[in-house]
Amino acid sequence: MAKTSKNILDEARSAIKSIDIDEARRMLEKPGTVLIDVRESDEWRQGHIPQAVAIPRGFLELRIEEKVPDHKAPVILQCASGTRSLLAARTLRELGYENVYNLTGGFNAWKDRGLPWIADRAFTPEELNRYSRHFVIPEVGEKGQAKLLDSRVLILGTGALGSPSSLYLAAAGVGTIGLVDFDVVDSSNLQRQIVHTTDRVGMPKTESAQKQINALNPGIKVIRHDVRLSSDNVMEIIKDYDVVVNCGDNFPTRYLINDACVLAKKPLVDGAIFRFEGNATVFYPAAGGPCYRCLYPEPAPPDMAPSCAEAGVLGALPGIIGSIEALEAIKLLLGAGKPLIGRMVYFDTLSNDYVRILKIRKNPECPVCSDHPTQTTLIDYEAFCGLAAPATDGAGDAQHAAAAGR
Amino acid sequence: MGIKVRVPTPLRRFTGGNDEVAAEGDSIKAVIQDLDRRHPGIGERLLDEKGELRRFVNVYLNGDDIRFLSALDSKVKDGDDISIVPAIAGGR
Repeated sequence: MAKTSKNILDEARSAIKSIDIDEARRMLEKPGTVLIDVRESDEWRQGHIPQAVAIPRGFLELRIEEKVPDHKAPVILQCASGTRSLLAARTLRELGYENVYNLTGGFNAWKDRGLPWIADRAFTPEELNRYSRHFVIPEVGEKGQAKLLDSRVLILGTGALGSPSSLYLAAAGVGTIGLVDFDVVDSSNLQRQIVHTTDRVGMPKTESAQKQINALNPGIKVIRHDVRLSSDNVMEIIKDYDVVVNCGDNFPTRYLINDACVLAKKPLVDGAIFRFEGNATVFYPAAGGPCYRCLYPEPAPPDMAPSCAEAGVLGALPGIIGSIEALEAIKLLLGAGKPLIGRMVYFDTLSNDYVRILKIRKNPECPVCSDHPTQTTLIDYEAFCGLAAPATDGAGDAQHAAAAGR
Repeated sequence: MGIKVRVPTPLRRFTGGNDEVAAEGDSIKAVIQDLDRRHPGIGERLLDEKGELRRFVNVYLNGDDIRFLSALDSKVKDGDDISIVPAIAGGR
């Protein structure tokens, strides 16, 4: 005769030791005890016990070995009220787990006792679908995606490097993207600056980029900074961002943003391009890495600096470097893997062995990021780079173009 | 067999457009001197009037910045790989 559900539950109750919240808490203080929450993922998202590991009951047999390889480890099962977890506990016993416990009253009882619990970000159905390819990556997952959505990245420059960088960061769901640029879209930009479009020629670049970013991902908040970055405004602009991505095009701005990020202890993802060549790295002295001044203590004088205003810029190359910058920013935000700190990835794409990884090191005498800095405030970067006073608009940016090119 | 020197785009006008040239020498300084003999003008782009490496140019010996080895006195042997990487600022 087939068993009733009551039979099954009664059998499970006699086979599995039930414990109350106090006992569960005592057990969880000892290392090695695992608490498994077997509720469905939407229940988990609304709130769960901080120490718990989520394995919905339907996946229990498939995932338990990965999470708990030791069959002798104490395993506490928990659901909303203690019934589903009782059945789950019985399954674990059948799988050979020897020390299986059921938490009486489940998550509801835990919450009613006023004990700590946390809620994951509630994703909308649209977000669940949009970021579904991220959810299955172990380094991202729902937790990582929630982090990205709560993150703020500042992109300095919305040109050749800023285009791919901003688009990939927006696509990945970096919730707030700041854009710094004071230029307007020109048709000569469109051969490489893929965030802009022909029908937006003449529009401020930040506005054009904002339109493209929001067309790709309407969930992203774009903050426009239509200003020329200077020693007077940089600290205020960067203060609320988690990561700064340098997509700038001239030496004064590169030294300015470097020094500002060192002072503000922010990670700076850096990239630079020249024709078929480009490089990317992460400057993060607060995490022990070098800064731009460790790499290049002094700027090239204007007459020695490579001019890509004359030399030209190829579109696909900033596509590579800008994408690496977006990737490094995402790694930093997620805390995933090893960031490119102390390593520069250098591309010389005309050759046929075109990637090199160069070791770059912290300069113990660095005037800005060493333990005994000699420069603790921002300076006049135009003068530092041997340039005249700044131009007042994008079109009059000739001396920058000569120094660096765009 | 000599030493392989990778030349960055901005300096290729001295090397007839070549991205990779051979040079001889037992130190970085000697290699740069040899490089300047073979490709006149390139030395001045790398070293200042005092003969020091310019501060916006980095030289990597087998991937390591020579400033953290023995700078221009860093020993070089046949088969080594030298990369010259000047600061570039483009991005727009």
